[in-house]
Amino acid sequence: MSAQQLAAYTTSTGEAFQFWVLGTVAVVGALSTVFMRKAVHSALSLAGTMIVLAVFYLANGAYFLGIVQIVVYTGAIMMLFLFVVMLVGVTAADSLKETIKGQRWLALLSGLGFGILLFAGIGNASLKEFDGTGQANANGNVEGLASLIFTKYVFAFEITGALLITAAVGAMVLTHRERTERAKTQRELAEQRVREGRHVPPLPAPGVYARHNAVDIAGLLPDGTPSELTVSKTLRERGQIRDVSTEALNDLRALEQRAEERLERTEIRPATFKRTEEASK
Amino acid sequence: MEKLIALLIAAPLLGAAVLLVGGRRLDRVGHWIGTLLSTASFVIGLVLFAGLLGRNAEHRTLIQHLWTWVPVESFQADVTFRLDQLSMTFVLLITGVGSLIHLYSVGYMAHDERRRRFFGYLNLFLAAMLLLVLADNYLLLYVGWEGVGLASYLLIGFWQHKPSAATAAKKAFLVNRVGDVGLSIAIMLLFTTFGTFAFGPVLDHAGSASEGKLTAIALMLLLAACGKSAQVPLQSWLGDAMEGPTPVSALIHAATMVTAGVYLIVRSAAVFNAAPDAQLVVTVVGAVTLLFGAIVGCAKDDIKKALAGSTMSQIGYMVLAAGLGPVGYVFAIMHLVTHGFFKAGLFLGAGSVMHGMNDEVDMRKYGGLRTYMPVTFVTFGLGYLAIIGFPGLSGFFSKDKIIEAAFAKGGTEGWILGGAALLGAAITAFYMTRVMLMTFFGEERWRSRPTRSPEAPSAEPAAEHQGEHAEPHPHESPKVMTIPMIVLAVGSVFGGAFFSVGDRFLHWLEPVTGHSEGDSPLSAATVTGATMVCLVAGVAIAWAQYGRKPVPAVAPRGSLLTRAARRDLYQDDLNHVVLVRGGEHLTRSLVYVDHTLVDGVVNGTAAGFGGLSGRLRRLQNGFARSYAVSMFGGAALLVAATLLMRAV
Amino acid sequence: MNPVNYLYLAALLFTIGATGVLIRRNAIVVFMCVELMLNACNLAFVVFSRMHGNLDGQIIAFFTMVVAAAEVVVGLAIIVSLFRTRHSASVDDASLMKL
Repeated sequence: MSAQQLAAYTTSTGEAFQFWVLGTVAVVGALSTVFMRKAVHSALSLAGTMIVLAVFYLANGAYFLGIVQIVVYTGAIMMLFLFVVMLVGVTAADSLKETIKGQRWLALLSGLGFGILLFAGIGNASLKEFDGTGQANANGNVEGLASLIFTKYVFAFEITGALLITAAVGAMVLTHRERTERAKTQRELAEQRVREGRHVPPLPAPGVYARHNAVDIAGLLPDGTPSELTVSKTLRERGQIRDVSTEALNDLRALEQRAEERLERTEIRPATFKRTEEASK
Repeated sequence: MEKLIALLIAAPLLGAAVLLVGGRRLDRVGHWIGTLLSTASFVIGLVLFAGLLGRNAEHRTLIQHLWTWVPVESFQADVTFRLDQLSMTFVLLITGVGSLIHLYSVGYMAHDERRRRFFGYLNLFLAAMLLLVLADNYLLLYVGWEGVGLASYLLIGFWQHKPSAATAAKKAFLVNRVGDVGLSIAIMLLFTTFGTFAFGPVLDHAGSASEGKLTAIALMLLLAACGKSAQVPLQSWLGDAMEGPTPVSALIHAATMVTAGVYLIVRSAAVFNAAPDAQLVVTVVGAVTLLFGAIVGCAKDDIKKALAGSTMSQIGYMVLAAGLGPVGYVFAIMHLVTHGFFKAGLFLGAGSVMHGMNDEVDMRKYGGLRTYMPVTFVTFGLGYLAIIGFPGLSGFFSKDKIIEAAFAKGGTEGWILGGAALLGAAITAFYMTRVMLMTFFGEERWRSRPTRSPEAPSAEPAAEHQGEHAEPHPHESPKVMTIPMIVLAVGSVFGGAFFSVGDRFLHWLEPVTGHSEGDSPLSAATVTGATMVCLVAGVAIAWAQYGRKPVPAVAPRGSLLTRAARRDLYQDDLNHVVLVRGGEHLTRSLVYVDHTLVDGVVNGTAAGFGGLSGRLRRLQNGFARSYAVSMFGGAALLVAATLLMRAV
Repeated sequence: MNPVNYLYLAALLFTIGATGVLIRRNAIVVFMCVELMLNACNLAFVVFSRMHGNLDGQIIAFFTMVVAAAEVVVGLAIIVSLFRTRHSASVDDASLMKL
C-alpha cells in the first residue's frame, strides 16, 4: 500500500473487500467469545478476532503494532489465558443460565444503548479528513515510533516499565503460598499413613480395574461401585469424575439383549419370578 | 480603730473553723470555745461602739480596706468593711443576742452528741451575718447573704436524722434561693446603672439614675428581702424552720437571718427613696405579712410555730416601716432591736419550757407551768408584755412609732396601712395572750394520765428513756439557760424606754438613714390611745376564750379561718398548686413534646434513612456483575450527556 | 469505503465485549471480554493515527498493550488464587466478603 492510497478519503477496493470479509470474521469471533460455553472455545475465538485486528493494524499503516499484536497478544497473552484455562479445568462448561434477576436484560439494554450512542457519536462527528500515515511513516514505522517513545513519551515509557515489574511481583505475591511449616518428607508421610491406619498401600490407580484407564474415570471396586480414591484430588474437587460403572453394565445388558434377540430366545419374564416368590410364601 | 472591724468577723469565723476542722478532740470544750469567741466579738463591738460614741455624729463612719478582691478593669470589688451607726447597731444586736444564745445553747444542747458541730455552725452563722452587715459593697454583702443562707440550712437541718428537719432545711434553702436571685439581679442592675456596687458611690448618686431603673433595682432588692425576712410571698419557709433546735430559731428570728432583709432595705434607703412605687410595694408587702403572720400565729398549737407566726408579723411591721421612707427607717431598726430582745427571750423561754416538758411543743399539752418554772415564766411574761406593746416596755415604744408613721403616710394609703398595723397590734395581743395562757395558766393538761407517778423528781432519767409517752416532769432549766433569758428580759423591759427617752436612737441613727417627721392626721396621743384599745381588746378576747374556759387538750375543729390559719393560710397548698403542679404540668408537656415532636423528628429521620437504606441495600448484592451493569449504565449516561451537550 | 467504518467496527467490538463482561460468570471469559474491549480501543487508536497522519495514536495503542499485558498477569494471578480458595472461577461465587 502506497502513501497515496493511505491518505485518500476512501480506501482502495482491495482494502474495502478485506474489511468487510475480515470484519465479519472479527464480529463473529467476538460474539462467539461471549457466547461459547467452554472457556477454551472462547479463548480460541478471541485469538481469531485478535489476528483479524492485527491485519487491520497493518492495513492502517501500524506495521509495528500489527506484528506486536500477533506476537505478544495472540502469541503470549492468549497462551497465558489458555494456560489458566487448563489449570482451572478445560472441560468445565459454564451454564449460560442467568442467576441474577434481571441482569441479562439490564446488560443487553445498556449494551444496546451504549452501542447506539457510540454509533450516533461517530456518525455525528464529521470524520471526512484522513491524512493517512504516509508522511509519518516516511522514515519507517518502527523508527517513527521509537523516536516518539524515547523522546516525547519517555516518561510514560519508563513508568510503564515500572508497572510491568510491579505486575510481575504482584502476580508472584498473589499466587505465592507461604509455607508455615517444614514440608513432610517421604518417610514421615509413610509413617503418618501407617499410624493413621488408612490406605497403608498406595492409592489405587484410576481405571485400571475397569475397561477404561483414563485419569478422570474412577476405578471400580470388586462389587462394581466406583472408588473416588482412584481419581486425582484436583479432578475430584472440580467434580470432573466420569462414572462409567453403570455404563459398562448397561452396555453388557444391551449386548446380551441383542444376542438373545438374534437367537430369538424368549425373555425371562420377571412376572414368573414374582409368581414363584408369592408361591413360596 | 478601723483595724478592729475585721476582728469582729474573724473571731466567730475562727471559732467555726476551729470547731468544724478540729474534730472530736474539741468535743469537751467546743461549746465554750464557740461562746468565748462569740463573746469576744461582742466585746470588740463594744470597744468600737465606745470609739464611735467618742466621735462627732458626722465622723462615725469607719472604713477598713483589706484587699482588692476582683480587680478587673471597671469591675472592682474590694473586701472593704464599713462600720457606721447602722452597722454598729446590727453588730451589737447580732453579737450580743448571739452570745446570749450561745450561752443558752450550752445548756440546751448539753445532751446532744454533736454539740461541738452545732456551735461551729452557730459561729459560722454569726460570722456570715456580721459580714453581711459590715460589707461596704453589695457583692461582699452577697457573700455574707449566701453565708447566712448556708448556715441557716445547716442549722435548721441540724437534726437531719428527722426527715421533717431535712425537708425544712431544704425548703428554707430553696425559698431563700428565690430571694437570692432577686439580690443578684439587683447587683447586676446596680453595676450596669452606676458602674460600681460600693455603697458610697451608689447611694450618693442614687438620685441620678432614672426612676424606672431604680424601681426595678428596688423591687429586686425587695424580692431578696422577702426571701431572707420571710415576707409574703416567700414566707413559707419560716414556719417549717422551727424543726431546727430552739436556739437556732431564736438566732434566726431575733439576731440574724430575718433581720437581713430589713437591713438591706434600710441600707439601700437612697435607692428606695428615689423609687416611690417600689416603696409602696414594700409597705403593702409589710402590711400583708404582718396580718398574715399574726393570723397564722393565732391558730397554731405548736408554741414555736405560734412564735414563728409572730416573728413574721413583727418583721412585717419593720418592712412596713422601712417602706414608709425616712419617716420609718429609724423606727424599723428600733423595732428590730427591741424585737431582737423580746423575741430571743420568748424563744429561749419556749425552749426552756420544751426542755422541761420532754421536748413537747403542743401548747394544748401544757398548762399551769408558772409554778414549776418560775424564772421562765417571769422572763417569758416580760417578753410577752414587751411584744404586745404594754406601756413602758420596749415593744410599746417601737411599735407605736411604726403605727404612727403608717398613719403619717397620708391619704387613703395611710389609713389602710395604719389600720392594718392597728389590727395587727390587736391580733398580736390576742395570740400572745393565748400562748401565755395556754402555757403557764389553766389546768395542768400534761397530767392527762389518770395514774400519777408519786415520785416526781427522781424519775427524771427514767422518763427520758420511756420516750414521748412518759408523763413529763416540768422543772426549771439550769442557770446557764436562765441567765441569758433574764438578760434578754431586762433588755425587753428597758430597751424601748432607753432608746426613746430623748430620742437617743433617733439621733444615733439619723446621720445614716435620715429622718423626717411625718405629719400624721392623728395626733400621737390618739394613736397611742387607739393602740391601747386594740391591745386591751385583743387580750380580753383571748382571756375570754382561753382564760375563763378550760382549754381542750385536743384542738377543736374551729372556724374556716382557724383551719385555714392552721394550714398557714394555705401557703404550701398555693405553692404546691402554682409551682409544683405547674412545674409538673410544664415538665409533662415538655416530655410529651420531647417524645412526640423531638423524638418523632429524630426517630422519623432515622426510620426514613433506615427504610431507604433497606431498599438501597438490595443494590449492594455483592455480585460484581451487578455493579458492572451500574457502571456501564453510568458510562452510557455520561456518553449520552456528552453528546447532548455537543448537540446543544 | 470510508475508513470511518473501522471505527464502527471498533465500537461494535467494544459493545460486544462490554456486554460479555456483564453476561458471563466465568472469570476467565469475563477477562477475555475485557481484553476484547481493550483491542477494540486499540483499533480505534490506530485508525485515529491514520486519520491525523501522526503516530501518537499508535503510541497510545502500544502503551495499552503493555498495560494490558501487566493487567493480564495480575488478573490471572487473582483468578488462580480465587480458584484455589473457592474451587470455582465464577465471579458470582465471590459475592461475599468472607468464605
